[in-house]
Amino acid sequence: MSRRWLRVVRTPLGLTTGLLVTAVLVLAIVAPMLWSDRAEVIDTDHILTGPSGDHWAGTDSLGRDIFFRALVATRLSMELALAATVIGVVVGLVLGSAPLLLGRRLGRLVTAGVNIAVAFPGLLLALFFAVIFGVGATGAVLAIGMASAPSFARLVHTLVAGVAALDYVSAARVAGVGRVRVLLRHVLPNIAEPLVVNATISAGGSLLAFAGLSFLGLGVQAPSYDWGRLLFEGIGMIYVNPAAALAPGLAVLVAGLAFNLFGESVAKGLGVSTVGGRLTVTDEDAASAPALSAGGTDEHALDGSPSDLVLDVQDLRVSFPGPAGPIRPVRGVSFSVRHGEALGVVGESGSGKSLTALAVAQLIEEPGRVDAARLQFRGADLREGPRAHRHLLGTSMAMVFQDPMTSFNPTRRMGGQLAEVAVHHQGMSRKQAMARAVDRLRAVRVPDPEKRATQYPHEFSGGMRQRAMIGMGVMGNPSLIIADEPTTALDVTVQQQVLDLLQAIRDEDDVALVLISHDVTVVGEVCDRVLVMYAGRIVEDLPADQLDGGAQHPYTRALVAAVPDMHTDLEQPLAVVPGRPVSPTDVIVGCPFAPRCPLADDHCRTVDPPLAPVEHGIKVACWHAGEPLGLDEETGELVEADAV
Amino acid sequence: MSELRFDDVTVRYGTARRPFTAVDGVSLTVPEGQVVGLVGESGSGKSTLARAAVGLAPLHSGEILLGGQPVPRRGRVRPLQMVFQDPFSSLDPRMTIGESITEPMPPGPGRAERRAEVERLLTLVHLDPDVAGALPGRLSGGQRQRAALARALAGQPKVVIADEITSALDVSIQGAVLNLVRELQRELGLSMLFISHNLAVVRYVASHVAVMYQGRIVEQGPVSEVLVDPQHAYTRELLAAVPGSRPPTHARPARSTS
Repeated sequence: MSRRWLRVVRTPLGLTTGLLVTAVLVLAIVAPMLWSDRAEVIDTDHILTGPSGDHWAGTDSLGRDIFFRALVATRLSMELALAATVIGVVVGLVLGSAPLLLGRRLGRLVTAGVNIAVAFPGLLLALFFAVIFGVGATGAVLAIGMASAPSFARLVHTLVAGVAALDYVSAARVAGVGRVRVLLRHVLPNIAEPLVVNATISAGGSLLAFAGLSFLGLGVQAPSYDWGRLLFEGIGMIYVNPAAALAPGLAVLVAGLAFNLFGESVAKGLGVSTVGGRLTVTDEDAASAPALSAGGTDEHALDGSPSDLVLDVQDLRVSFPGPAGPIRPVRGVSFSVRHGEALGVVGESGSGKSLTALAVAQLIEEPGRVDAARLQFRGADLREGPRAHRHLLGTSMAMVFQDPMTSFNPTRRMGGQLAEVAVHHQGMSRKQAMARAVDRLRAVRVPDPEKRATQYPHEFSGGMRQRAMIGMGVMGNPSLIIADEPTTALDVTVQQQVLDLLQAIRDEDDVALVLISHDVTVVGEVCDRVLVMYAGRIVEDLPADQLDGGAQHPYTRALVAAVPDMHTDLEQPLAVVPGRPVSPTDVIVGCPFAPRCPLADDHCRTVDPPLAPVEHGIKVACWHAGEPLGLDEETGELVEADAV
Repeated sequence: MSELRFDDVTVRYGTARRPFTAVDGVSLTVPEGQVVGLVGESGSGKSTLARAAVGLAPLHSGEILLGGQPVPRRGRVRPLQMVFQDPFSSLDPRMTIGESITEPMPPGPGRAERRAEVERLLTLVHLDPDVAGALPGRLSGGQRQRAALARALAGQPKVVIADEITSALDVSIQGAVLNLVRELQRELGLSMLFISHNLAVVRYVASHVAVMYQGRIVEQGPVSEVLVDPQHAYTRELLAAVPGSRPPTHARPARSTS
């Protein structure tokens, strides 16, 4: 929190305006104490004089020094502006949070009232209230306060509604916490930041509005004076002494801008979380890279001839700049996919499985960095960058994401979006492309594809949208489909249909599939081979039929045992992996899984095991691969077999 | 007697002209000390039913009774508590875990007792009592969900409603939370309505199961009967869709019973 505020002050604009706001506030406090006498002394010998060494901005019709009057007026101007802001904020808070407190029906009435009030221009409201409350400082404060209340109420209402929909507010209500307490404890603290920022901006606005009202003669009345009043008096003699109007005018301008821009820069600084730091390749990177790619050579011998490979990845690394050195979510991943093969990638969130897929599909954006010893897709070197192989990537590699709603343009018809792929990458005419789109929708078993092609994404259900997404992938003739958690957002019955569909496309066209999932059972059912990822590395590479019973790595075995299926022994607890997953920012020494592993010894904690082949076509990165494990029946933790 | 009974409950949204019936005449009983699983696809009304029980959704008709009495929807004492799906949004990011857990505690005991109770609850859900002083941002998903369970238990509920409490968690953590649910049920005799779309999960924690489809309960009974010999077509479809429940399309050796 304090760090984010520090970031605001670090920007040039934030620093300048922050200092200005402080200066104005300090001036408001000290100016009347120091210079009241000089501002109010009447000097009939020097009436309406121009700027001089004695009077920097000249004197007024009673011979008073305008420069000091402008300084002293800071207090009254600020007091009135802040008072108006406070009124606006308080009334706005009450009106804005009323819907939460009053319940649905009364709340709607309040909201409607606020909506109507928002429609009136602020200055018009201020003039209206100024007439009602009477001419004078009090009237003007009330007028400007009330005039700024509706927009603030609207803001509060929106923010409150956003937070009130969150589960923790529901949880508090279920816990029997009253509405007022929910508002004070849960809602207001969580919307405080944007409110403070907007109050600061609106203080600047009030300052200007006040100067306006006083200038029109509706605000402060003589003998009191604020900047607007001084401006009013000065404008009358603008041809005699322009400085008399310019001095207070400049004060209004500077103070108003200071508050407005400070608020803006705070909003910017707090709202956007940017990643700082620089990305530098360290010696460690350079040193470890050749060692690992050397281990990759024998992989080829195992996996068959290179021409058979659709995708060949050696020592893939993804890094992002972080505040404390680069973050490495993928740390040296090597694998290959053959024609028509289905490869599953499993791992916990943060294991780097999705980033591996994005790196392969050339979808890692700046400032992320992809390095690899080899990254070949159908023989083309993808390290040359996405532009070099746009056509190949566009037609031969298909990506299916978890949330198909965000992958489609909501304002365009489905058929057109699918056709676009063919127009761009295959050079088809619009008509041909449209026909192809309908054909592909039929291929992914979307019922009534002609009609569906004319519909918008929101008219599709989740499962249908995911089919359309796959349909978009097969608009070309892909040789690889990468599906990143394609069924996680779907119901089990729909999930099954989508998995069946992927299977069918694979069978028909000999398409290779990379299926990324956190669910071992899903991957085990669809795939031929499974990669298990942990902390940005592959810890085990095994045939899918070995998952249940044949897995060697303690992590793989725990993952399999952690998921209940229809045959799980009800007497036994589910397996539990104690501890926390490795964060991409952690520096890892030895085996990354060692801190959570029941088999780990000192060797594991110091030396990182390489991914090495063992029996049954399994490759595993573990010094204790396949050693027997038992299940602690109390905690569900896996333990060394003898300890049970 | 503290069984939770839904009696012909209907929940309707929308306007009088275009009503949308989310829950349509549902009758369901959660017997004392039992875990009842409620399964169904999204949009089947299972979460709405849960929210209606704790007063977060309006009841159109029917009754929800706890031990023969209507469930209190006002006041500090709430014998029906709920655990939410997403542990990342169900804990106030600006309140410490201890403060969140203290919130549903019935009024009465002093500060020291409350603190002791927070410690007891955290130990019960296998969290370090020191976590009480931490903000939720420092906890992992699994730890948060356990804290959310502790908060629900702090209200000394007669029945707990768990709404998809494992579906937002990684599989490795899901197991730990399911173990905890079973342990709490066994050791505290907790009654629970356990909502999930995953039949394998329901089979593991629940003794009874109700299948919901388009706002209605289409089948209910003991887990051992419904999941072995399903009567309704939708239940059969659900069963067939459980991952790993059927042989994959490519050749694979039979499952070894390890």
